[in-house]
Amino acid sequence: MRAAIEFFGDFVYLLLDTLRAIMPALSTSRGRVLAWRNIWIQMNRIGVESIPIVCLVMFCIGAILAMQIAPELARFGIVPVTADVVALATFREMGPLVSAVVMTGFGGAAIAAEIGTMVVGEEIEAMEAMAIDPIRFLVVPRVLAGIVMMVCLTALGDLAAMFGGLVASALLLHLGALQYIHHALAILKVGDFLTGLVKAGVFGMLITAIACFLGLKVRGGAEGVGINTSKTVVFTIVALIVVDLIFTSVFFYLGV
Amino acid sequence: MPEPLIQLQGISKSFGDTRIYHDLNLDIFPGETLVIMGGSGSGKSTLLRVLMGHLKIDAGKVLIRGRTLDEMNRGELDSWRKSVGVLFQSGALFNSMTLRENLALPVREHTDLDDETIDLMVQIYLQLVGLREHIDKLPAELSGGMKKRGGLARALMMQPRILFYDEPTAGLDPVSTAQINELIMNLKNKMGATSVVVTHDMQSAFKLADRLALLFDGKFAAVGSVEEFRTTTNPLVRQFVDGRLDGPFVNPSDQCSYKAQLLGRKINEVPHGQKET
Repeated sequence: MRAAIEFFGDFVYLLLDTLRAIMPALSTSRGRVLAWRNIWIQMNRIGVESIPIVCLVMFCIGAILAMQIAPELARFGIVPVTADVVALATFREMGPLVSAVVMTGFGGAAIAAEIGTMVVGEEIEAMEAMAIDPIRFLVVPRVLAGIVMMVCLTALGDLAAMFGGLVASALLLHLGALQYIHHALAILKVGDFLTGLVKAGVFGMLITAIACFLGLKVRGGAEGVGINTSKTVVFTIVALIVVDLIFTSVFFYLGV
Repeated sequence: MPEPLIQLQGISKSFGDTRIYHDLNLDIFPGETLVIMGGSGSGKSTLLRVLMGHLKIDAGKVLIRGRTLDEMNRGELDSWRKSVGVLFQSGALFNSMTLRENLALPVREHTDLDDETIDLMVQIYLQLVGLREHIDKLPAELSGGMKKRGGLARALMMQPRILFYDEPTAGLDPVSTAQINELIMNLKNKMGATSVVVTHDMQSAFKLADRLALLFDGKFAAVGSVEEFRTTTNPLVRQFVDGRLDGPFVNPSDQCSYKAQLLGRKINEVPHGQKET
Protein backbone atom coordinates (compact mmCIF):
# COMPACT_ATOMS: atom_id res chain seq x y z
CA MET A 1 0.00 0.00 0.00
CA ARG A 2 2.75 2.35 1.02
CA ALA A 3 4.65 1.49 -2.16
CA ALA A 4 1.55 2.19 -4.24
CA ILE A 5 1.08 5.61 -2.62
CA GLU A 6 4.76 6.43 -3.12
CA PHE A 7 4.52 5.33 -6.72
CA PHE A 8 1.48 7.48 -7.35
CA GLY A 9 3.06 10.41 -5.50
CA ASP A 10 6.20 10.13 -7.64
CA PHE A 11 4.05 10.16 -10.75
CA VAL A 12 2.20 13.28 -9.62
CA TYR A 13 5.58 14.95 -8.97
CA LEU A 14 6.66 14.07 -12.50
CA LEU A 15 3.48 15.63 -13.87
CA LEU A 16 4.05 18.80 -11.83
CA ASP A 17 7.70 18.97 -12.90
CA THR A 18 6.61 18.54 -16.49
CA LEU A 19 4.07 21.37 -16.21
CA ARG A 20 6.70 23.55 -14.59
CA ALA A 21 9.23 22.76 -17.31
CA ILE A 22 6.91 23.56 -20.22
CA MET A 23 7.19 27.34 -19.84
CA PRO A 24 11.00 27.54 -19.53
CA ALA A 25 11.26 25.16 -22.48
CA LEU A 26 9.22 27.51 -24.62
CA SER A 27 10.07 30.92 -23.17
CA THR A 28 13.44 31.71 -24.76
CA SER A 29 13.63 32.05 -28.52
CA ARG A 30 16.37 29.43 -28.71
CA GLY A 31 14.57 27.11 -26.31
CA ARG A 32 11.50 27.43 -28.52
CA VAL A 33 13.42 26.40 -31.64
CA LEU A 34 14.94 23.39 -29.86
CA ALA A 35 11.72 22.39 -28.14
CA TRP A 36 9.68 22.58 -31.35
CA ARG A 37 12.28 20.55 -33.18
CA ASN A 38 12.05 17.88 -30.47
CA ILE A 39 8.26 18.00 -30.36
CA TRP A 40 8.13 17.66 -34.14
CA ILE A 41 10.36 14.57 -34.06
CA GLN A 42 8.26 13.00 -31.32
CA MET A 43 4.98 13.81 -33.08
CA ASN A 44 6.27 11.88 -36.05
CA ARG A 45 7.44 8.95 -33.96
CA ILE A 46 4.52 8.61 -31.58
CA GLY A 47 1.69 9.79 -33.76
CA VAL A 48 2.29 9.65 -37.47
CA GLU A 49 3.41 6.04 -37.37
CA SER A 50 0.22 5.10 -35.49
CA ILE A 51 -2.07 6.61 -38.14
CA PRO A 52 -2.46 3.55 -40.42
CA ILE A 53 -3.08 1.22 -37.47
CA VAL A 54 -5.56 3.55 -35.77
CA CYS A 55 -7.43 3.96 -39.05
CA LEU A 56 -7.50 0.22 -39.69
CA VAL A 57 -8.62 -0.63 -36.17
CA MET A 58 -11.24 2.10 -36.08
CA PHE A 59 -12.56 1.13 -39.51
CA CYS A 60 -13.10 -2.39 -38.16
CA ILE A 61 -14.69 -1.10 -34.96
CA GLY A 62 -17.15 1.00 -36.96
CA ALA A 63 -18.10 -1.99 -39.10
CA ILE A 64 -18.40 -4.26 -36.04
CA LEU A 65 -20.60 -1.76 -34.21
CA ALA A 66 -22.91 -1.49 -37.23
CA MET A 67 -23.22 -5.25 -37.60
CA GLN A 68 -23.77 -5.83 -33.89
CA ILE A 69 -26.45 -3.23 -33.50
CA ALA A 70 -28.33 -3.54 -36.81
CA PRO A 71 -30.18 -6.85 -36.10
CA GLU A 72 -31.61 -5.42 -32.86
CA LEU A 73 -32.70 -2.24 -34.61
CA ALA A 74 -34.15 -4.25 -37.49
CA ARG A 75 -36.59 -5.87 -35.02
CA PHE A 76 -38.04 -2.40 -34.47
CA GLY A 77 -37.79 -1.53 -38.15
CA ILE A 78 -35.33 1.28 -37.57
CA VAL A 79 -32.20 0.04 -39.35
CA PRO A 80 -31.13 3.58 -40.40
CA VAL A 81 -30.66 4.38 -36.67
CA THR A 82 -27.52 2.20 -36.94
CA ALA A 83 -25.73 5.31 -38.15
CA ASP A 84 -26.82 7.22 -35.02
CA VAL A 85 -25.54 4.50 -32.72
CA VAL A 86 -22.22 4.12 -34.54
CA ALA A 87 -21.74 7.91 -34.57
CA LEU A 88 -22.47 8.41 -30.88
CA ALA A 89 -20.50 5.41 -29.69
CA THR A 90 -17.53 6.35 -31.86
CA PHE A 91 -17.28 10.07 -31.18
CA ARG A 92 -18.02 9.92 -27.47
CA GLU A 93 -16.28 6.71 -26.49
CA MET A 94 -14.68 4.31 -28.93
CA GLY A 95 -12.71 6.89 -30.89
CA PRO A 96 -10.63 8.28 -28.03
CA LEU A 97 -10.36 5.00 -26.12
CA VAL A 98 -9.37 2.68 -28.95
CA SER A 99 -6.98 5.24 -30.47
CA ALA A 100 -5.42 5.62 -27.02
CA VAL A 101 -4.97 1.87 -26.64
CA VAL A 102 -3.27 1.69 -30.04
CA MET A 103 -1.03 4.61 -29.12
CA THR A 104 -0.16 2.92 -25.83
CA GLY A 105 1.10 -0.14 -27.65
CA PHE A 106 2.84 1.90 -30.29
CA GLY A 107 4.12 5.07 -28.67
CA GLY A 108 3.93 4.35 -24.95
CA ALA A 109 5.91 1.13 -25.04
CA ALA A 110 8.47 2.69 -27.38
CA ILE A 111 8.96 5.71 -25.11
CA ALA A 112 9.36 3.56 -21.98
CA ALA A 113 11.86 1.26 -23.68
CA GLU A 114 13.81 4.15 -25.16
CA ILE A 115 14.08 6.16 -21.94
CA GLY A 116 14.74 3.00 -19.92
CA THR A 117 17.63 2.11 -22.21
CA MET A 118 18.96 5.63 -21.79
CA VAL A 119 18.87 5.20 -18.00
CA VAL A 120 20.76 1.91 -18.26
CA GLY A 121 23.36 3.44 -20.59
CA GLU A 122 24.15 6.30 -18.16
CA GLU A 123 22.68 8.69 -20.74
CA ILE A 124 20.28 10.38 -18.31
CA GLU A 125 23.10 10.89 -15.85
CA ALA A 126 25.28 12.31 -18.63
CA MET A 127 22.44 14.65 -19.52
CA GLU A 128 22.17 15.88 -15.94
CA ALA A 129 25.95 16.23 -15.78
CA MET A 130 25.67 18.61 -18.75
CA ALA A 131 23.03 20.57 -16.82
CA ILE A 132 20.34 19.50 -19.28
CA ASP A 133 17.14 18.75 -17.39
CA PRO A 134 15.82 15.36 -18.58
CA ILE A 135 12.28 16.44 -17.78
CA ARG A 136 12.56 19.46 -20.03
CA PHE A 137 14.58 17.69 -22.71
CA LEU A 138 12.89 14.28 -22.81
CA VAL A 139 9.54 14.38 -21.03
CA VAL A 140 8.10 17.74 -22.12
CA PRO A 141 8.41 17.13 -25.89
CA ARG A 142 6.98 13.64 -25.59
CA VAL A 143 4.02 14.70 -23.46
CA LEU A 144 3.19 17.68 -25.68
CA ALA A 145 3.55 15.56 -28.80
CA GLY A 146 1.37 12.89 -27.17
CA ILE A 147 -1.43 15.36 -26.44
CA VAL A 148 -1.41 16.90 -29.93
CA MET A 149 -1.12 13.60 -31.78
CA MET A 150 -3.74 11.85 -29.65
CA VAL A 151 -6.27 14.56 -30.56
CA CYS A 152 -5.37 14.25 -34.25
CA LEU A 153 -5.42 10.45 -34.16
CA THR A 154 -8.81 10.44 -32.49
CA ALA A 155 -10.26 12.79 -35.09
CA LEU A 156 -8.91 10.56 -37.86
CA GLY A 157 -10.02 7.42 -36.03
CA ASP A 158 -13.54 8.83 -35.64
CA LEU A 159 -13.76 9.34 -39.39
CA ALA A 160 -12.34 5.87 -40.09
CA ALA A 161 -14.94 4.26 -37.79
CA MET A 162 -17.76 6.18 -39.42
CA PHE A 163 -16.47 5.01 -42.79
CA GLY A 164 -16.29 1.41 -41.52
CA GLY A 165 -19.88 1.68 -40.31
CA LEU A 166 -20.89 3.14 -43.65
CA VAL A 167 -19.27 0.35 -45.64
CA ALA A 168 -20.85 -2.36 -43.46
CA SER A 169 -24.24 -0.65 -43.62
CA ALA A 170 -24.10 -0.27 -47.37
CA LEU A 171 -22.90 -3.80 -48.11
CA LEU A 172 -24.79 -5.80 -45.51
CA LEU A 173 -27.72 -3.71 -44.37
CA HIS A 174 -28.51 -2.11 -47.72
CA LEU A 175 -28.50 1.29 -46.06
CA GLY A 176 -27.73 4.09 -48.50
CA ALA A 177 -24.54 6.04 -47.91
CA LEU A 178 -26.35 9.37 -48.05
CA GLN A 179 -28.99 8.18 -45.61
CA TYR A 180 -26.23 6.95 -43.26
CA ILE A 181 -24.39 10.27 -43.41
CA HIS A 182 -27.58 12.22 -43.02
CA HIS A 183 -28.52 10.25 -39.88
CA ALA A 184 -25.06 10.56 -38.38
CA LEU A 185 -24.88 14.30 -38.93
CA ALA A 186 -28.35 14.81 -37.54
CA ILE A 187 -27.64 13.04 -34.27
CA LEU A 188 -24.14 14.40 -33.61
CA LYS A 189 -23.77 17.59 -31.61
CA VAL A 190 -20.57 19.64 -31.40
CA GLY A 191 -20.42 18.56 -27.74
CA ASP A 192 -20.05 14.91 -28.69
CA PHE A 193 -17.08 15.69 -30.85
CA LEU A 194 -15.49 18.03 -28.31
CA THR A 195 -15.90 15.77 -25.26
CA GLY A 196 -14.20 13.03 -27.27
CA LEU A 197 -11.31 15.30 -28.16
CA VAL A 198 -10.89 16.61 -24.60
CA LYS A 199 -10.69 13.01 -23.44
CA ALA A 200 -8.22 12.27 -26.21
CA GLY A 201 -5.94 15.09 -25.08
CA VAL A 202 -5.95 13.84 -21.51
CA PHE A 203 -5.33 10.28 -22.72
CA GLY A 204 -2.38 11.49 -24.78
CA MET A 205 -0.88 13.11 -21.71
CA LEU A 206 -1.47 10.00 -19.59
CA ILE A 207 0.08 7.61 -22.11
CA THR A 208 3.25 9.62 -22.60
CA ALA A 209 3.65 10.69 -18.96
CA ILE A 210 3.27 7.13 -17.64
CA ALA A 211 5.71 5.87 -20.29
CA CYS A 212 8.30 8.53 -19.43
CA PHE A 213 7.79 7.93 -15.71
CA LEU A 214 8.29 4.17 -15.90
CA GLY A 215 11.13 4.61 -18.38
CA LEU A 216 12.98 6.88 -15.96
CA LYS A 217 12.31 4.42 -13.14
CA VAL A 218 14.11 1.54 -14.91
CA ARG A 219 16.74 -0.14 -12.77
CA GLY A 220 18.92 -3.14 -13.40
CA GLY A 221 19.82 -3.43 -17.05
CA ALA A 222 17.97 -4.94 -19.98
CA GLU A 223 15.63 -6.94 -17.78
CA GLY A 224 14.49 -3.75 -16.04
CA VAL A 225 13.74 -2.19 -19.42
CA GLY A 226 11.58 -5.17 -20.37
CA ILE A 227 9.71 -5.22 -17.08
CA ASN A 228 8.92 -1.51 -17.14
CA THR A 229 7.93 -1.55 -20.80
CA SER A 230 5.27 -4.18 -20.18
CA LYS A 231 4.24 -2.39 -16.96
CA THR A 232 3.78 0.75 -19.05
CA VAL A 233 1.27 -0.95 -21.33
CA VAL A 234 -0.69 -2.52 -18.46
CA PHE A 235 -0.71 0.53 -16.17
CA THR A 236 -1.61 2.85 -19.03
CA ILE A 237 -4.58 0.80 -20.16
CA VAL A 238 -5.88 0.60 -16.59
CA ALA A 239 -5.32 4.35 -16.13
CA LEU A 240 -7.06 5.12 -19.43
CA ILE A 241 -10.16 3.19 -18.48
CA VAL A 242 -10.34 4.62 -14.95
CA VAL A 243 -9.91 8.17 -16.25
CA ASP A 244 -12.47 7.45 -18.98
CA LEU A 245 -14.94 6.39 -16.29
CA ILE A 246 -14.29 9.60 -14.37
CA PHE A 247 -14.76 11.72 -17.48
CA THR A 248 -17.91 9.91 -18.51
CA SER A 249 -19.35 10.33 -15.00
CA VAL A 250 -18.60 14.05 -15.04
CA PHE A 251 -20.06 14.50 -18.53
CA PHE A 252 -23.10 12.43 -17.49
CA TYR A 253 -23.59 14.58 -14.41
CA LEU A 254 -23.19 17.80 -16.40
CA GLY A 255 -25.47 16.49 -19.12
CA VAL A 256 -22.87 17.13 -21.84
CA MET B 1 48.49 26.21 -0.09
CA PRO B 2 45.70 27.50 -2.36
CA GLU B 3 42.07 27.34 -1.31
CA PRO B 4 40.62 23.91 -2.10
CA LEU B 5 38.20 23.82 -5.03
CA ILE B 6 36.27 20.87 -3.68
CA GLN B 7 36.15 19.70 -0.09
CA LEU B 8 34.65 16.45 1.12
CA GLN B 9 33.94 16.65 4.83
CA GLY B 10 32.86 13.62 6.82
CA ILE B 11 30.90 12.00 3.98
CA SER B 12 28.87 8.92 4.89
CA LYS B 13 26.67 6.98 2.53
CA SER B 14 25.01 3.58 2.65
CA PHE B 15 22.87 1.66 0.18
CA GLY B 16 20.62 -0.41 2.40
CA ASP B 17 22.96 -2.44 4.59
CA THR B 18 25.98 -1.80 2.41
CA ARG B 19 28.15 0.99 3.72
CA ILE B 20 29.94 2.82 0.92
CA TYR B 21 31.54 5.75 2.75
CA HIS B 22 32.14 6.32 6.38
CA ASP B 23 33.52 9.70 7.47
CA LEU B 24 35.29 10.33 4.19
CA ASN B 25 37.44 13.46 3.95
CA LEU B 26 39.38 14.93 1.03
CA ASP B 27 40.41 18.30 -0.42
CA ILE B 28 40.84 18.79 -4.16
CA PHE B 29 42.93 21.80 -5.19
CA PRO B 30 42.60 23.86 -8.37
CA GLY B 31 44.89 22.82 -11.21
CA GLU B 32 45.85 19.46 -9.76
CA THR B 33 45.23 16.00 -11.14
CA LEU B 34 43.98 13.77 -8.38
CA VAL B 35 43.75 10.07 -9.09
CA ILE B 36 41.33 8.09 -6.96
CA MET B 37 42.11 4.38 -6.76
CA GLY B 38 40.39 1.50 -5.07
CA GLY B 39 39.13 -1.99 -5.67
CA SER B 40 36.05 -2.81 -7.72
CA GLY B 41 32.93 -1.83 -5.82
CA SER B 42 34.80 0.40 -3.39
CA GLY B 43 32.71 3.43 -4.40
CA LYS B 44 35.16 5.25 -6.67
CA SER B 45 32.69 5.98 -9.45
CA THR B 46 29.94 6.69 -6.91
CA LEU B 47 32.15 9.45 -5.53
CA LEU B 48 31.99 11.26 -8.88
CA ARG B 49 28.20 11.00 -8.74
CA VAL B 50 28.28 12.57 -5.28
CA LEU B 51 30.50 15.39 -6.57
CA MET B 52 28.09 16.08 -9.45
CA GLY B 53 25.14 16.23 -7.06
CA HIS B 54 23.47 13.16 -8.61
CA LEU B 55 23.48 11.26 -5.36
CA LYS B 56 22.44 12.53 -1.94
CA ILE B 57 24.77 11.66 0.91
CA ASP B 58 23.58 10.49 4.33
CA ALA B 59 25.91 12.67 6.36
CA GLY B 60 28.71 15.17 5.85
CA LYS B 61 29.20 17.98 3.37
CA VAL B 62 30.50 18.49 -0.13
CA LEU B 63 31.82 22.04 -0.49
CA ILE B 64 32.37 23.54 -3.93
CA ARG B 65 34.44 26.71 -3.64
CA GLY B 66 33.20 26.90 -0.06
CA ARG B 67 29.51 26.50 -1.00
CA THR B 68 27.64 23.41 0.20
CA LEU B 69 26.48 21.31 -2.74
CA ASP B 70 23.28 20.19 -1.00
CA GLU B 71 22.21 23.79 -0.37
CA MET B 72 22.66 24.94 -3.96
CA ASN B 73 19.54 25.96 -5.83
CA ARG B 74 18.79 24.66 -9.31
CA GLY B 75 20.64 27.53 -11.02
CA GLU B 76 23.76 27.17 -8.87
CA LEU B 77 23.80 23.40 -9.37
CA ASP B 78 23.41 23.86 -13.12
CA SER B 79 26.27 26.33 -13.31
CA TRP B 80 28.46 23.93 -11.26
CA ARG B 81 27.58 21.09 -13.61
CA LYS B 82 28.23 23.26 -16.66
CA SER B 83 31.71 24.07 -15.36
CA VAL B 84 32.58 20.36 -15.11
CA GLY B 85 33.23 17.96 -17.98
CA VAL B 86 32.50 14.35 -17.13
CA LEU B 87 33.80 11.35 -19.03
CA PHE B 88 31.60 8.41 -18.12
CA GLN B 89 32.86 4.87 -17.96
CA SER B 90 30.94 3.86 -21.09
CA GLY B 91 31.30 7.24 -22.77
CA ALA B 92 27.52 7.68 -22.26
CA LEU B 93 26.99 9.03 -25.77
CA PHE B 94 23.34 9.40 -26.70
CA ASN B 95 22.64 6.34 -28.83
CA SER B 96 19.91 7.99 -30.87
CA MET B 97 22.22 10.78 -32.02
CA THR B 98 25.26 10.84 -34.29
CA LEU B 99 28.63 11.91 -32.90
CA ARG B 100 28.07 15.34 -34.44
CA GLU B 101 24.71 15.74 -32.67
CA ASN B 102 26.10 14.36 -29.43
CA LEU B 103 28.86 16.94 -29.31
CA ALA B 104 26.66 19.79 -30.45
CA LEU B 105 23.98 19.15 -27.84
CA PRO B 106 25.47 20.83 -24.74
CA VAL B 107 26.57 23.89 -26.71
CA ARG B 108 23.21 24.14 -28.45
CA GLU B 109 21.42 23.89 -25.12
CA HIS B 110 23.54 26.37 -23.20
CA THR B 111 24.78 28.99 -25.65
CA ASP B 112 23.42 31.20 -28.42
CA LEU B 113 26.11 30.21 -30.91
CA ASP B 114 24.88 29.64 -34.44
CA ASP B 115 24.83 26.18 -35.99
CA GLU B 116 27.87 26.80 -38.22
CA THR B 117 30.06 27.83 -35.29
CA ILE B 118 28.89 24.85 -33.28
CA ASP B 119 29.65 22.53 -36.18
CA LEU B 120 33.13 23.99 -36.45
CA MET B 121 33.70 23.36 -32.73
CA VAL B 122 32.44 19.81 -33.12
CA GLN B 123 34.96 19.16 -35.88
CA ILE B 124 37.82 20.68 -33.89
CA TYR B 125 37.12 18.58 -30.80
CA LEU B 126 36.59 15.41 -32.81
CA GLN B 127 39.92 16.04 -34.53
CA LEU B 128 41.48 16.41 -31.08
CA VAL B 129 40.35 12.91 -30.12
CA GLY B 130 40.98 11.51 -33.62
CA LEU B 131 37.38 10.81 -34.56
CA ARG B 132 36.70 13.46 -37.20
CA GLU B 133 36.19 10.94 -39.99
CA HIS B 134 33.47 9.26 -37.88
CA ILE B 135 31.50 12.47 -37.32
CA ASP B 136 28.22 11.18 -38.77
CA LYS B 137 28.31 7.74 -37.21
CA LEU B 138 25.98 6.60 -34.47
CA PRO B 139 27.57 5.39 -31.21
CA ALA B 140 26.50 1.82 -32.03
CA GLU B 141 28.87 1.91 -35.01
CA LEU B 142 31.88 2.83 -32.85
CA SER B 143 34.22 0.64 -30.81
CA GLY B 144 34.46 0.93 -27.01
CA GLY B 145 37.61 3.05 -27.18
CA MET B 146 36.08 5.33 -29.80
CA LYS B 147 32.97 5.80 -27.66
CA LYS B 148 35.17 6.84 -24.77
CA ARG B 149 37.07 9.30 -26.92
CA GLY B 150 33.76 10.62 -28.26
CA GLY B 151 32.51 11.00 -24.70
CA LEU B 152 35.68 12.89 -23.85
CA ALA B 153 35.23 15.22 -26.83
CA ARG B 154 31.65 15.91 -25.73
CA ALA B 155 32.80 16.59 -22.18
CA LEU B 156 35.21 19.20 -23.57
CA MET B 157 32.67 21.04 -25.72
CA MET B 158 31.69 23.46 -22.96
CA GLN B 159 35.40 24.12 -22.32
CA PRO B 160 35.27 23.09 -18.69
CA ARG B 161 38.06 23.96 -16.28
CA ILE B 162 37.29 20.91 -14.18
CA LEU B 163 37.22 17.37 -15.55
CA PHE B 164 36.06 14.14 -13.98
CA TYR B 165 37.16 10.91 -15.62
CA ASP B 166 35.50 7.65 -14.65
CA GLU B 167 37.81 4.76 -15.57
CA PRO B 168 39.06 6.50 -18.72
CA THR B 169 41.30 3.61 -19.78
CA ALA B 170 39.42 0.56 -18.51
CA GLY B 171 38.97 -2.08 -21.20
CA LEU B 172 41.14 -0.30 -23.77
CA ASP B 173 44.13 -1.67 -25.65
CA PRO B 174 47.56 -0.26 -24.72
CA VAL B 175 47.69 2.14 -27.66
CA SER B 176 44.22 3.58 -26.97
CA THR B 177 45.18 3.80 -23.29
CA ALA B 178 48.27 5.80 -24.19
CA GLN B 179 46.16 8.05 -26.45
CA ILE B 180 43.65 8.79 -23.72
CA ASN B 181 46.40 9.40 -21.16
CA GLU B 182 48.13 11.76 -23.56
CA LEU B 183 44.89 13.67 -24.05
CA ILE B 184 44.30 13.99 -20.32
CA MET B 185 47.86 15.24 -19.78
CA ASN B 186 47.54 17.74 -22.62
CA LEU B 187 44.31 19.10 -21.22
CA LYS B 188 45.94 19.60 -17.89
CA ASN B 189 49.10 21.20 -19.26
CA LYS B 190 47.46 23.41 -21.88
CA MET B 191 44.26 24.40 -20.10
CA GLY B 192 45.37 24.13 -16.51
CA ALA B 193 42.30 21.99 -15.89
CA THR B 194 41.60 20.45 -12.50
CA SER B 195 41.13 16.73 -13.00
CA VAL B 196 39.76 13.96 -10.87
CA VAL B 197 40.53 10.57 -12.39
CA VAL B 198 38.97 7.39 -11.07
CA THR B 199 40.94 4.35 -12.11
CA HIS B 200 42.53 1.11 -11.02
CA ASP B 201 45.01 1.12 -13.85
CA MET B 202 48.23 1.72 -11.86
CA GLN B 203 50.37 2.66 -14.86
CA SER B 204 47.97 5.38 -15.94
CA ALA B 205 47.54 6.50 -12.34
CA PHE B 206 51.25 7.09 -11.84
CA LYS B 207 51.57 8.76 -15.22
CA LEU B 208 48.72 11.22 -14.73
CA ALA B 209 48.61 11.99 -11.04
CA ASP B 210 49.87 14.92 -9.04
CA ARG B 211 48.35 13.25 -6.03
CA LEU B 212 46.88 9.82 -5.47
CA ALA B 213 44.19 8.71 -3.06
CA LEU B 214 43.38 5.11 -2.18
CA LEU B 215 39.79 4.39 -1.23
CA PHE B 216 39.38 1.46 1.11
CA ASP B 217 36.56 0.46 3.43
CA GLY B 218 34.66 3.72 3.04
CA LYS B 219 37.61 5.99 3.71
CA PHE B 220 40.74 7.25 2.06
CA ALA B 221 43.37 4.92 3.43
CA ALA B 222 46.16 6.97 1.93
CA VAL B 223 46.49 10.30 0.13
CA GLY B 224 49.82 11.47 -1.21
CA SER B 225 52.10 12.29 -4.11
CA VAL B 226 53.24 9.76 -6.68
CA GLU B 227 56.63 9.59 -4.97
CA GLU B 228 55.04 8.94 -1.59
CA PHE B 229 52.92 6.17 -3.07
CA ARG B 230 55.96 4.58 -4.73
CA THR B 231 58.03 4.57 -1.57
CA THR B 232 55.45 4.11 1.19
CA THR B 233 55.58 1.16 3.52
CA ASN B 234 51.82 1.28 4.16
CA PRO B 235 50.93 -2.40 3.60
CA LEU B 236 47.57 -1.58 2.04
CA VAL B 237 49.08 0.81 -0.53
CA ARG B 238 51.97 -1.59 -1.17
CA GLN B 239 49.62 -4.45 -1.87
CA PHE B 240 47.45 -2.39 -4.21
CA VAL B 241 50.37 -0.77 -6.04
CA ASP B 242 52.31 -4.01 -6.42
CA GLY B 243 49.17 -6.01 -7.21
CA ARG B 244 49.96 -8.71 -4.65
CA LEU B 245 47.49 -11.32 -3.50
CA ASP B 246 48.40 -11.38 0.17
CA GLY B 247 47.87 -8.36 2.35
CA PRO B 248 45.22 -6.34 4.16
CA PHE B 249 43.39 -5.40 0.96
CA VAL B 250 40.31 -7.52 0.41
CA ASN B 251 37.80 -7.17 -2.39
CA PRO B 252 34.44 -6.10 -0.97
CA SER B 253 32.85 -9.04 -2.74
CA ASP B 254 35.13 -11.33 -0.73
CA GLN B 255 34.04 -9.73 2.52
CA CYS B 256 30.51 -11.07 2.46
CA SER B 257 30.18 -14.40 4.12
CA TYR B 258 30.55 -16.49 0.98
CA LYS B 259 31.71 -19.51 2.88
CA ALA B 260 28.98 -19.10 5.45
CA GLN B 261 26.42 -18.94 2.65
CA LEU B 262 27.83 -22.03 1.05
CA LEU B 263 28.04 -23.98 4.27
CA GLY B 264 24.87 -22.53 5.77
CA ARG B 265 26.54 -21.29 8.94
CA LYS B 266 28.55 -18.40 10.23
CA ILE B 267 32.19 -18.08 9.36
CA ASN B 268 33.39 -18.07 12.97
CA GLU B 269 31.78 -21.45 13.42
CA VAL B 270 34.39 -23.03 11.15
CA PRO B 271 35.61 -26.12 13.02
CA HIS B 272 38.73 -25.66 15.07
CA GLY B 273 41.96 -26.54 13.35
CA GLN B 274 40.59 -25.88 9.89
CA LYS B 275 42.37 -23.00 8.21
CA GLU B 276 40.26 -19.93 7.38
CA THR B 277 40.68 -18.74 3.81
